[in-house]
Amino acid sequence: MTVLTPDEVVAELRSGMTIGIGGWGSRRKPMALVRAILRSDLRDLTVVSYAGPDVGLLLAAGRVRTVVTGFASLDSIPLEPHFRQARQNATIRLMELDEGMLQAGLQAAAHRLPFLPIRAGLGSDVLRVNPELRTVRSPYPDGEDLVAMPALRLDAALVHLGRADARGNAQYLGPDPYFDDLFCLAADRAFVSCEEIVPTAGLLAAGPPQSLLVNRAMVHGVAHTPRGAHFTSCVPDYPRDEAFQAEYVAAAASPQAWAEFTGRYLSGDEAGYQEAVRGFHDEHAGAPA
Amino acid sequence: MTEASRAEVCVLACAEAWRGDGAILASPMGLIPSLGARLAQLTFAPDLLLSDGEAYLLGPDQVVEGWLPYRSVFTMVAAGRRHVMMGASQLDRCGNQNISCIGDWARPRAQLLGVRGAPGNTINHPVSYWVPRHSPRVFVPAVDMVSGVGYDRAARLAPGQARFHELRVVVTNLAVLDFQAPDHAMRLRSVHPGVTVAEVTEATGFPLVIPDQIAVTRRPDAAELALIRDRLDPAGQRDREVPSP
Repeated sequence: MTVLTPDEVVAELRSGMTIGIGGWGSRRKPMALVRAILRSDLRDLTVVSYAGPDVGLLLAAGRVRTVVTGFASLDSIPLEPHFRQARQNATIRLMELDEGMLQAGLQAAAHRLPFLPIRAGLGSDVLRVNPELRTVRSPYPDGEDLVAMPALRLDAALVHLGRADARGNAQYLGPDPYFDDLFCLAADRAFVSCEEIVPTAGLLAAGPPQSLLVNRAMVHGVAHTPRGAHFTSCVPDYPRDEAFQAEYVAAAASPQAWAEFTGRYLSGDEAGYQEAVRGFHDEHAGAPA
Repeated sequence: MTEASRAEVCVLACAEAWRGDGAILASPMGLIPSLGARLAQLTFAPDLLLSDGEAYLLGPDQVVEGWLPYRSVFTMVAAGRRHVMMGASQLDRCGNQNISCIGDWARPRAQLLGVRGAPGNTINHPVSYWVPRHSPRVFVPAVDMVSGVGYDRAARLAPGQARFHELRVVVTNLAVLDFQAPDHAMRLRSVHPGVTVAEVTEATGFPLVIPDQIAVTRRPDAAELALIRDRLDPAGQRDREVPSP
């Protein structure tokens, strides 16, 4: 186990990999690691995610071949603009799944099973648009046919939590663990970014034992990325940056605006990003919300 | 007290969807259904469980009474202890719902949310719908991407596969509809005060089942109106989502 920089985490990834990204929508996404991917030459990724701006940024940068998800949303803004464009221009493949099917696929991968049965999907067009999906018949007297959700095995998982120790034990301090532990176990290698690296004894000082969501058997690298989920939420450390998220959506409306956005915020390193975001808020301080 | 606005009639109609459900998770999507669920919990359905939209369950007095992260929501879905009221970008005569995309799925004219949890919700537990603008754009002969499963699709499954499938009501800005016709076709249950049957049928892109007797949707009583106005939505957001005619 080593403490890595975001760029060192990304150096462990390869083009064409299947990458799982933790969090949910625009909540506790490992955005600093996503921004590090934008600085790399990784491409042709398959991204498995309860998708938000993580997927949006990767799509906008042309790094994604396939998205596996049940939605792409910014929560307070319902639709992810880059996902919309990519779909409407048919520039990506989509494996569109029910949210519970995605969980079942990760669970199957984590348990090293080929599939898990689930009722979700039956009767819906999820089976039409994913013709590779099969059903399986219960071997018991009920004989029920269920969807056989295939394992969504990941080459790597990226998750962001509030605290971690240098060995890879990691802790969420907000109200929802999402599926970060499942993403880690479904992956050959998992990387955790965190707001703060603390001594192991500091973990229980920060929250109850059940907040220790991820343990070091699930993790292959830790990165210290303060405000690393920005602009998604990482409560209680910070809420979603709604003003900046709105700026992101506005910039996605035209190629020129997006070029300005990437030039201002995404052309430098992580420190440069955080500095540029501070500049954004200085400019907008006192402006009507 | 002034007469109930159209939005307030809709809030109550949404609330009525959960009447008699007991201690299950009520999951309203959108403002009017959320006000409705809270109104139900405060009045005739005190046993309902309601989420704060993050990970807590809140009782009638907004006190945290439980923890419900997404993983537990999924378990409640599979266990069937839930009645969701979802939105619908498209809805057909059999109750098939689309929130995924408009046009050809391979290259949609408009990408919307994605199917989200609609396939799992509809195959596992009771589902209702809320449509703030009743129009032929929403009520279509056939939806482009079946996200929520309708009665025709459920009937084509093997015996038993759809035993937990149940669509309850569709509440719109004009009317309340249900599927209590012989073949589970969408039926007009009640029109909101001031709305004619013709207005509803003209705003629907397929033939509705029209019973001989059509009720008028119940108006909130004084106590319900006071709760909506003074406690649940003092800022009056409801009337901006559903303007009165």
